[in-house]
Amino acid sequence: MEYFNIFTQIQVSGPPDLGPPLKGNQFRVRATRMSTWIGWFASAQLGPIYLGYLGIASILFGFIAIEIIGLNMWASVGWSPVQFIRQLPWLALEPPPPSMGLHLPPLNQGGWWLMAGFFLTTSILLWWLRTYRRAKALGMGTHVAWAFAGAIWLYLVLGFIRPVLMGSWGEAVPFGIFPHLDWTAAFSIRYGNLFYNPFHALSIAFLYGSTLLFAMHGATVLALSHLGGEREVGQVIDRGTAAERGALFWRWTMGFNATFESIHRWAWWFAVLCPLTGGIGILLTGTAVDNWYLWAVKHNFAPQYAQVYTIDPDPALDPKLPGPPPASNIHVYTESPGKPAAPAPTEVKP
Amino acid sequence: MNLLFKAGGGLFALLLTAGTISAFKSTAVVQKGNAGLAMETIEDKANLPQRIKDNQLPPVIPYESKGDLAVDAYKNVQVLGHLTTGQMTGLMNAMALWVAPNDGGCAYCHAPLRDATGKVVKSADGTTQVDPNNLQSDELYAKRVARRMLEMTLRINGDWKQHVQGTGVTCYTCHRGNPVPKYIWFDQPESDPEGMLGYNANQNSPAAVAGVTSLPGDALQTFLETDENIRIQSTHAVDDGNRASIKQAEWTYALMIHMSNALGVNCTYCHNTRSMGEWSTSPATRAQAWYGIRMVRELNGQYLLPLARNGTLPANRLGSFGDGPKVNCATCHQRAYKPLLGQSLLGDYPMLAQAMPQPAKTVVAAASAAASATNEPPASPAEPVAVPPQASAVPAPSATPASSQPTHPAPSRSNPPRP
Repeated sequence: MEYFNIFTQIQVSGPPDLGPPLKGNQFRVRATRMSTWIGWFASAQLGPIYLGYLGIASILFGFIAIEIIGLNMWASVGWSPVQFIRQLPWLALEPPPPSMGLHLPPLNQGGWWLMAGFFLTTSILLWWLRTYRRAKALGMGTHVAWAFAGAIWLYLVLGFIRPVLMGSWGEAVPFGIFPHLDWTAAFSIRYGNLFYNPFHALSIAFLYGSTLLFAMHGATVLALSHLGGEREVGQVIDRGTAAERGALFWRWTMGFNATFESIHRWAWWFAVLCPLTGGIGILLTGTAVDNWYLWAVKHNFAPQYAQVYTIDPDPALDPKLPGPPPASNIHVYTESPGKPAAPAPTEVKP
Repeated sequence: MNLLFKAGGGLFALLLTAGTISAFKSTAVVQKGNAGLAMETIEDKANLPQRIKDNQLPPVIPYESKGDLAVDAYKNVQVLGHLTTGQMTGLMNAMALWVAPNDGGCAYCHAPLRDATGKVVKSADGTTQVDPNNLQSDELYAKRVARRMLEMTLRINGDWKQHVQGTGVTCYTCHRGNPVPKYIWFDQPESDPEGMLGYNANQNSPAAVAGVTSLPGDALQTFLETDENIRIQSTHAVDDGNRASIKQAEWTYALMIHMSNALGVNCTYCHNTRSMGEWSTSPATRAQAWYGIRMVRELNGQYLLPLARNGTLPANRLGSFGDGPKVNCATCHQRAYKPLLGQSLLGDYPMLAQAMPQPAKTVVAAASAAASATNEPPASPAEPVAVPPQASAVPAPSATPASSQPTHPAPSRSNPPRP
């Protein structure tokens, strides 16, 4: 029962762990403290945090982007605080109309969107550089930075690379909660159903695969925690049987097992390939392929089914529309004595 | 502690199960396509009794089909002159029941009874009486609107069979006992503010017309008032040349959600959703809806908008932009896949089946011959006794022709002029 718990079972409290000795003074903010609340979900130790120039610049640019988006959303409800909260999931900062192409739009017709996109992208790229440089400083590999780059790739394809290739900022995603979801649905409808895009299919496979691997790995380690399975440092000094049991469990159930090292390789690639393949799928849409369903039928990727209900052909090809309606034959009746003439409901000719 | 955990966990699981089960709606599914392809219409079972209740036909008041030609028997009959007096009475009684059962009945459209000083006579219970000797009066705007609406109904039933087929419509299809139908719409304001900030391209606020999504709220104006292109999907796998934007797709999507809500159906009622635009895999209902969209455009453009433009409708019936009430799919369908679940009233009221050429008033010398000749339904009413049509159909010499300049509301109704 002790290990069957949603909270972290062991909280370490004591002098702060400042990490291994490093060359030079690496810590800008040395302050640390212990937090029982954070300790329930993570390590109880807060800090030391390293902000540096990149971190500060990234936060500043990100703040400007959020500010532009938020103020535009607020303005779109007439600066009403109540409506801002109530309608927040619906509100958005919309990209310029498609008619503007790649031209610089007026400020309140997509100009703010372009600016917000610039500041947000700068912020994200600075943050990426930060993850790369901090990893180097600690003598780590740069796996975190490259995984983050996978997400940035998808973000840039959606908001920058594809709109540029299509020649219109209006192709990009609005900044908003429901609006970006509606955009996604409309995107799929416009290009003949994204489910027939094989890169979209790959992306979904890696997305669902990631959750499956995450569940398998997390469950295995938690299931061994009463044997010290999660205590990676302790395992080095005083190995128990946790690793052997976990490995044997998977060989029993599915014939082979990932090692404690290779399971993280599996997880990293599945996670990274999700946005990587997804981004390729988005990039090809509208640039190389105009209708994914028809593309899939053409390449025997989608089957045709026999029809069992009545089908009418496209009526626009042979419209059986009635002729123009007869002109109204209505006249005003003015026979009633003593009453003024009523106006005739005559047609207004456009 | 152990026991507490187990009891708590058990209770949590129980609540989760109960909540999950109760969240599921009991649905009835009608399969339309091949098995396993989800070409089906889905109906919420809990809504079925209410839907059946909402779509009952009104009682038919019995009437005689015989009588003189209405054009001879009454004054100022301009659209239904070819009917017999019996048919005319039957239809007028039905219209009072269909349109204004709780708003004065006949008096909603027909001029009130007045005393010698011109004051409206009211009965003991405060209701207005119709002046039986002044049924021809066009004093009330409602009567002038009703006449145009009759023309519209005859047009729909006679010429838009591609959409309404043999079922047709009557006043009741839309009105359901209300002088103004429940499901009407007005133009929406441009939601983009004037200032420096807040551009949202007429979307990104809860749009009632599009199922409270953040899709464009002005889709009805775009597609049912003006005839913007609805089709956005490319029809070739590659090199299509279609430049429709994703934003255009959002407008189309909003219209489609309106249609889905208006008919109470899911997308697969009309589309094979694996390929929305593909006609060779879409059920026949989609072509019928295609004609419906064209019909609604005509009804708005030719019948409803002019009523506001030419001043027939008073200001209190207009939207905030001076536009009149307009129809969309919901006006007739009212959340049923077929209005009134496909029940037709045209069998009981065949006089609404199509517009007929209007017979001229029978000349006095031939009145007796006309009376005997017109007891049959007027298949060719102008033939035996009437003078040639259009010769003197104008009932009063001072009447203005239909093409006259638009005028403004009658001062007798004390309507403020439109802004």
